[in-house]
Amino acid sequence: MSTVSRDTMMLTTPFHSRVEAMCDLNDWGNWMGYTTPNAYFDVELEYFAVRSTTGVFDLSPMNKYRISGPDASRYMDRLVTRDVSKIGIDRVGYAIWCNDAGQVLDDGTIFRFAENEFRLCSYQRADDWLAWNTLGFDVSVENVSESIAALAVQGPTSCTILTLLGCENLNQLKPFGMAHYTFEGHPLMVSRTGFTGDLGYEVWVPPETAEALWDRLFELGHEYLIKPFGSHALELARIEAGFLQAHVDFLPAEDVVRVGRTRSPFELGLGWLVHFSKPLFNGRSALLKEQEQGSRYRFALLDVAGNKPAEHSFIMKDGKVVGTVTSAAWCPTAKSNLAYAQIEMPHGAVGDELVAEIYYQRELHWTQLYAPCKVIDGPIFQPARRRQTPAPPQ
Amino acid sequence: MNQYDAIVIGAGHNGLTNGAYLAKAGLKVAVLERNPYIGGATVSRELHKGWYYSNCSYVSSLLRPEITRDLELPRHGLQVVPFGGGATFMRNGDHFGNYADHDRHYREIARHSKRDANAYDRYSADTSLQTKLIRPYLMRTPPDPTSLKPRDLRDLLEFAQSFMALGEEKLLDTIKFWTASVGDYLNEYFETDVIKAHMAGSGIIGTALGVYSPGTAYVLLHHYMGDVDGNVGAWGFARGGMGAIAEALSKAFMSFGGEIICDANVDKIIVKNGKAVGVALKDGTEYRAPIVVSNLDPKRTFLDITDPKDLPTDVVRKAENFKIRGSSGKLNIALDGLPVFNGLDPRNRLMAGDLHFSDSLERQERAYDDWKAGTWSKDPYLDMMIPSLTDPTMAPPGKHMMSVFVQYAPPKVEGKDWTDEDKDGFEKSVIDQISNYSPNFRDLILHCETRTPREIEAEVGLTEGNIFMGELTFDQLLFNRPFPGYAQYRSPIKGMYMCSSGTHPGGGVMAAPGANAAREILRDLKRPNTVPGGYADD
Amino acid sequence: MTDYDAIVVGAGHNGLICAAYLAKAQHKVLVVDGRSVPGGCASTREFADGFSVSDCAQWLSQLDRNVMSDLKLADMGLSLSDAKATISLQADADHLILADGTASGAGVDDEDLAAYRGFRHMMTRFANVLKTLYQGRPPKLVEKNWTDRLTLLKLGLGLKMLGKNHMQDLMRLALINIYDVMNEHFKHPALKSAIAMDAVTGTNMGPRSPNTVYSYLHRITGEHLSGTGTTQVMGGMGVLGDALAESAKAAGAEIKLGVAVKSIEKTGDKVSGVELEDGSHITSKIVISSADPTTTFKTLLGYHQMEAGMAKRAELYRNRSGTAKIHLALRALPSFTGLTTKQLSQRLIIVPPMDEMEKALNPIKYREISDRHLFDISVPTIEDSSLAPEGQHVLTALVHYVPFDPKEGWDEARGPLLERLIGELEVYAPGLSSLLIASELVTPSDFEHSHKVTGGNWHHGELSIDQALMMRPFPGSTQYATAVDGLFLCGAGAHPGGGLLGLPGRNAAREIIKRGALA
Repeated sequence: MSTVSRDTMMLTTPFHSRVEAMCDLNDWGNWMGYTTPNAYFDVELEYFAVRSTTGVFDLSPMNKYRISGPDASRYMDRLVTRDVSKIGIDRVGYAIWCNDAGQVLDDGTIFRFAENEFRLCSYQRADDWLAWNTLGFDVSVENVSESIAALAVQGPTSCTILTLLGCENLNQLKPFGMAHYTFEGHPLMVSRTGFTGDLGYEVWVPPETAEALWDRLFELGHEYLIKPFGSHALELARIEAGFLQAHVDFLPAEDVVRVGRTRSPFELGLGWLVHFSKPLFNGRSALLKEQEQGSRYRFALLDVAGNKPAEHSFIMKDGKVVGTVTSAAWCPTAKSNLAYAQIEMPHGAVGDELVAEIYYQRELHWTQLYAPCKVIDGPIFQPARRRQTPAPPQ
Repeated sequence: MNQYDAIVIGAGHNGLTNGAYLAKAGLKVAVLERNPYIGGATVSRELHKGWYYSNCSYVSSLLRPEITRDLELPRHGLQVVPFGGGATFMRNGDHFGNYADHDRHYREIARHSKRDANAYDRYSADTSLQTKLIRPYLMRTPPDPTSLKPRDLRDLLEFAQSFMALGEEKLLDTIKFWTASVGDYLNEYFETDVIKAHMAGSGIIGTALGVYSPGTAYVLLHHYMGDVDGNVGAWGFARGGMGAIAEALSKAFMSFGGEIICDANVDKIIVKNGKAVGVALKDGTEYRAPIVVSNLDPKRTFLDITDPKDLPTDVVRKAENFKIRGSSGKLNIALDGLPVFNGLDPRNRLMAGDLHFSDSLERQERAYDDWKAGTWSKDPYLDMMIPSLTDPTMAPPGKHMMSVFVQYAPPKVEGKDWTDEDKDGFEKSVIDQISNYSPNFRDLILHCETRTPREIEAEVGLTEGNIFMGELTFDQLLFNRPFPGYAQYRSPIKGMYMCSSGTHPGGGVMAAPGANAAREILRDLKRPNTVPGGYADD
Repeated sequence: MTDYDAIVVGAGHNGLICAAYLAKAQHKVLVVDGRSVPGGCASTREFADGFSVSDCAQWLSQLDRNVMSDLKLADMGLSLSDAKATISLQADADHLILADGTASGAGVDDEDLAAYRGFRHMMTRFANVLKTLYQGRPPKLVEKNWTDRLTLLKLGLGLKMLGKNHMQDLMRLALINIYDVMNEHFKHPALKSAIAMDAVTGTNMGPRSPNTVYSYLHRITGEHLSGTGTTQVMGGMGVLGDALAESAKAAGAEIKLGVAVKSIEKTGDKVSGVELEDGSHITSKIVISSADPTTTFKTLLGYHQMEAGMAKRAELYRNRSGTAKIHLALRALPSFTGLTTKQLSQRLIIVPPMDEMEKALNPIKYREISDRHLFDISVPTIEDSSLAPEGQHVLTALVHYVPFDPKEGWDEARGPLLERLIGELEVYAPGLSSLLIASELVTPSDFEHSHKVTGGNWHHGELSIDQALMMRPFPGSTQYATAVDGLFLCGAGAHPGGGLLGLPGRNAAREIIKRGALA
């Protein structure tokens, strides 16, 4: 039995009371049906908190699945393209998963708690695909999204603040490592992961301790200039750091209606996550074939001349359209104008010189601009602290 | 005196559309209507003072936007208002709500199953792919695969290419989809019975098949391929009832100089030397025209108003074998107030949507078993609407009009004609069904019009009361509609054409058959085409 | 070096046929089956002391004539009865007799007869077109290769050769139900239901179910490719299994019986052999499964050894059956009202008018027992005394529709249903129960256990258009190859399907050779 109260109410995260209190701009977005802040007080300042002090981002709407059971490890290995056996216990791995046609469904992170216990954390929902994948495996897949609250704590002073919170020896934690603590009598897990490309952590707690965690973090972090940041600032950081986003840079294959709009890992520049050494994973035979026959597209990182973001631009070569931009931003730290683009083969190799057709508007006046751009190798923003262990003190 | 360039028989929406495009091309056109009112099955009738019933068709989605715009139907008074959503009430007192908003919809499905809620996105994408394949062909004449004419070959090739472009596996999936049952199709996505049952309704409405009958997945598609303002699959109400569509079309038609003649019951199409030359009414009046277009269903067209002597024998046989299956009935009810349903806040927006009471595929299939046995369903599948929650013109303030589409109702009851007692029994099964979920419903009834296939056939002239003028199964679709060899709107008699829902692309108040037929007629007359092409696919 | 070029899983008729053709092409082939006799569903079993019966399929009518001659089955001991008439039993004992393309009895008049002949003629012409598709691998539609293009071209030409009218008819009929087609062509109720019976045999569909014309065409095409008519295998169906086994052995194939394949094994990303129930491992270049797709993918290979999308397709493959069988051991020849002994040896069917057939189907959709059944009866002992003690007889009948798993469970439902079925027969054969020495009901779920066919479905999967032709068993695993490297299908779950055609086995062997999979 159930009754529906209001049918338009958005969901809120376990941190909502605190988030709302700090959201000076009252600028809200909808993430997976949750009310989440686009910006708290100033997008650029929020962004710089991540790059020079510490920024806190409410990750709770991420989809989280607990995968356990005797076959969990084999299940994961068949699911994702990378070799899961290489992810140790208390380690995290970035992974993508494909359908049988070798087209990317989503990317996400795999947390390994034990030989046969994992958490898959994804931007898109995956209940349906994960359930079909259980056929033939003695494994249980449980959607635990609502029973785990999470914050991304990112930036140069993040290690210091979390250490003050009680995360002892956190500076010894390697990138993609996990450490377990308690907070107010509840388990608290910290992983050295993030979507900003900086030194940073993600903190995972039961929802009932969410508000206390937030309060404590901001109290301890005050002197280390901790600030919350919203999804607009995150967007800047993730583009600068070279991360892709589903529904922006690619479409999950099963959401695609039109023929040819799906992408393979190779076409997204994620070939390094495809481990053919494994005898079986979803998409393997299709991807082997693609490797032999060639891909349709190349995913290119472009350094665009000038300072006008090449949002939604066509990319041209010798006057012919050869691609389109999926994400673009002026990156405040790197001081460069970056864009991700899907480029038709054979164009888009590193060093290739292309032209972005940019339209921008000032005072209702539109200007068309042909900006030269160059395909570059790897993200421009790669601070040493991102990978250093022990994490440098601040 | 009674001489025209073209005569259209039947002032339903397709007849009016056809007449409008012929008149727009400069022809002198008369549309003849048997009833004293126009509209056929797209009517609004005041059968209880102050209440207007869309007493046949009751919702709009499939009406082609190209036609609405081209004939300036909004200027002629047509306004289609989307209603969004709906619900299936469950025996356990719960319900499943179908919300238009994606996130809200997700949460509602997730309340029943998270897996299903997530699978819904895959279902939407796959179903959209199918609608995208078929939509470009709605405003086109189907090619004849048995013909070797360049036009047919070219169109066939194009048709084949659009399917080949899918690639091997998706093409096979498409063929599977077109031939599968809606039950099996939904099993590929959902695990929860009420969700499957809610979706499956679109696979059986208007058809004499059950949820497990192969071919019903396509019927589902037929209900999804329309749109309201570009929202594919959305449905809406014509403000003022479905009669507003006929009204606007008639105004468009008359604005081009067309003439509508009511109370004109056509007896025969007059054929001289193998050519249609006019029609004779039952009262003996004759109207003459070198073009005669029948908006009656294929059976009536070829078996009632055409002399079999004028037809090749294979056409008579094909018309006899054409499948029109009476499968549904309708109740139109004037209500003294708003009924309350178990488990749903009466202020919930879903109340303005399509409401149902079959919460499992098994119940729907059993309802079909009753039809196969020649009786109305004892636990009927209902597609129920309260349009007065959206459109204030349908009932006095605070009062409501309810439209209840009922599946299944057989064309004959155990082989015999419907009697008044049968009709009462049918009505009772429907009222009981609704009352099971709504405690105050029965007491609110002020007037009820009950239409079994008998009434629909007698009043509207739809054979067996079939709302689509012919089953929407593959043997009667595209180049097979109404029958192979005659799917291009031409009859075997020179000058005689077909424009009803019995022709491609079928029923559902699309107006596309009427428009497509006009294009073929103008082509034969070597006149410039006035019929718009379909919007390019997005 | 592998132990064999190919291992064929299952010594059913298709498995043996496939093995025989491969062995004839000088390949080293091993056939493995858990049953102690070859033949799979073509088998004979002693169900009561001294009484034997073809315990699964009871008629042979569709075995491809090329298989018959290529494998020299007549030389291997296969002997068939003359073609049987089909006699549809009527309550008033004025039975309807269908034989040699004509109909008589039951008040059939000239008009009915003309309609019957016309209908047979039309269906035979359609079968002629389908024949093109049945004798080779089902063509891919998009992928450009000459073999498939040629098949499609031949098919297109075949359609054109039908002439405009018949082509139009075929376009219309291919997907519709037999119910409407019968009503279009016939007025004689018993004639309609006798034909409709052939359209629903072995399926889970009633006459009103769309696609039943296709399943009828499937049968006619098979008969057309065979040319024997409906026959009884002398000595029981097991003789066919033995003959096929002999032929395969003669060609050089090895057959290992009595040890089932436990699993199909992979090495790396390729199938490399099988593990047997006794724990031994045998390696081969390829494995060809004649088991049904569900058994092949779910049980033997295991979904965990496949990519998930393919596992999903396998899981969604439909293979429930609504066909059961009864076997009766009788102390004397039963007497059917209005039938001579000669007639009693023919194919007897009991089938109510089509609306009643449809009603008989309804309960099994909800896992309930029907109160009326359709029978396809054989009294094989009239022509073949080897199956029962002297002077005694066996009656076997296929029975539709029987649920796979009734709600109350078979322990509870079995007894009453058997009694009911014998009662239904007794209406036509008074005194039948007094002749009973032994009786048994073989439910669809019994078939699943005894013959390892999932769902008890003889066709190895519902033969509905969406699971037929180039969609069989499912997209991605067509043309006898599967999505798993080194694993092939040669059973009825592959095109063109079941019915003792022998074509899946023959086509698979030819396709495997053509691909060079054994090179």
